[in-house]
Amino acid sequence: MPATPTGKVLIHAEECKGCGLCVDSCPPKCLFLAPELSAYGVHPALYTGRDCTGCGICFYCCPEPGAIVVYRRAAAARAAADRRQGGSHATAL
Amino acid sequence: MSEESMVAVAEIGAAQDDFELLHAKSPVFYPVYERKSQLKQQTHYCPGCGHGIVHKLVAEAIEDLSLQDRTILVSPVGCAVFAYYYFDVGNVQVAHGRAPAAATGLARACPGRVVISYQGDGDLAAIGTAEIVHAANRGEKICVIFVNNAIYGMTGGQMAPTTLVGQKSTTSPWGRRPANEGYPIRMCELLATLEAPAYIERVALCDNKNIMKARRAIRKALEIQRDGGGFAFVEVLSPCPTIWGLDAVAARNWVAEKMVPAFPLNVFRDRKPGPLPGGGPEPRSVAEVLEIEARTADDSSKIQHASHSFQTLTVKVAGSGGQGALLLGQLLTEMGLREGLEVSWLPSYGPEMRSGSAHCHVCLSKERIGSPLISHPDVLIAMNEISLRKFSPQVAPHGLILYNHEQLPEHFAPPEARIVCIPASEIADKLGSTKAANMVLLGALLEETGCLGADTALRVLDEKVKKIELRNTNREALEAGRQFVDKEVWTGAETQPDGFAG
Repeated sequence: MPATPTGKVLIHAEECKGCGLCVDSCPPKCLFLAPELSAYGVHPALYTGRDCTGCGICFYCCPEPGAIVVYRRAAAARAAADRRQGGSHATAL
Repeated sequence: MSEESMVAVAEIGAAQDDFELLHAKSPVFYPVYERKSQLKQQTHYCPGCGHGIVHKLVAEAIEDLSLQDRTILVSPVGCAVFAYYYFDVGNVQVAHGRAPAAATGLARACPGRVVISYQGDGDLAAIGTAEIVHAANRGEKICVIFVNNAIYGMTGGQMAPTTLVGQKSTTSPWGRRPANEGYPIRMCELLATLEAPAYIERVALCDNKNIMKARRAIRKALEIQRDGGGFAFVEVLSPCPTIWGLDAVAARNWVAEKMVPAFPLNVFRDRKPGPLPGGGPEPRSVAEVLEIEARTADDSSKIQHASHSFQTLTVKVAGSGGQGALLLGQLLTEMGLREGLEVSWLPSYGPEMRSGSAHCHVCLSKERIGSPLISHPDVLIAMNEISLRKFSPQVAPHGLILYNHEQLPEHFAPPEARIVCIPASEIADKLGSTKAANMVLLGALLEETGCLGADTALRVLDEKVKKIELRNTNREALEAGRQFVDKEVWTGAETQPDGFAG
């Protein structure tokens, strides 16, 4: 695991339904369900702030269109974009 | 973005600018959902529902292939019924199971558009079996996304055609038994027996890798539409945590453990998209097919806003089949339309093509029409005695009855209405064809009520009657009807400025 994370994930608490699919799917296990309830009465997913690789798996596993936003460090993101242009594979895998 | 998330972003570190956006909500989704005053940020799906994931994959494919302005999404009945609240594309929501039929019409009427039929298993594999099988068999140029969760979700968990053997549901409480309920239908395999489909694949939302396979399959199905089209069918095995009584993660695992063995993942058809042999009709606009001039914005000035003397005029035209009662009503409706009125035409006829009873209701109005059904018409055109006896009691007080005979029948108690007897059939016969009796009556109606302009009548008559040799007869018949009313009925009467006779 790199010392500084190559990605980061932003979770909109007002869109999260707390299903936990992202937490279960995240390879570096950097997401967790908040102990507190959100305004909608669910435990929303949160980012630990560590270890995100920007793989994007949580984005594709999440059923909500806008609950999760994934960022990646510029260099890594450009490489991923190139791959996306060239082939049908997602950046995630 | 909420305050908490803003804080979360700030905490990540100072190197903010170093990050680039990789995945975010697709612009193919509306920024906010106007379904309800609350929850404008969330879909209506349960936590962990597969529909949300399929929506995201479809939206991403539309975005990446630059199809947003060309896409028409057909929403089904079922949990995905509200898809039109989420997708910022052309949207149509249709009756249960009929999405492939509606998509057929859309795809044929709008060549160049990408038509997506989004359906669940109750919708597609039960009530809509006929539609999907025949749309596939015709090789319609549509993309069908079939979300299979082995149960009826929206209605509360009844057995679906795709429910697994042994699976309990509210209508198979002991588990599905083949001896009683049959086996689950495998739609991909069933459709793959047909020749026309271009692409058929089954995918599953059971883990990360399979979600990516689903992503590729949906993208491919849309690419086929972009590249000229063919019938593309993607079945997505999808979790339904709520009805299955599982949490989101367990439901996803259930797809892998139970559904995938029963519904094998595979590409069942993958041929080069393109037209089927034999060719088809050249794509033409609806206006071309109907042989009418396509209206443009400038044309509104051409509509004659004649000063009509009535607020609403209701007419019932009744006769026996073959007399042209329905056509008379249609022409009247078309004339009203041309003069900028709100119009409706409601036919009613028996199964016989000839000699059964036939009538229609016509409403011309300056206001919006609530119902095309007319209980008390202002005008009754009775083309035979049966119609006169049957419908004259319904005529509004002080209304008008035009009767196709030179005099009223015996033992007939006239209602409180003006009655004009016109031997329309005899007049038409003298002009060359008894078939034109309806035109004589139309002419009499127009002259008697002055309800619509004479120019409009002639123009509509010429456009609607295709046979050239009939045009003169019709024009003569129309004029004969007018003349008859003028001479025989209104002798001596003066026509007022409002068009009515004094």
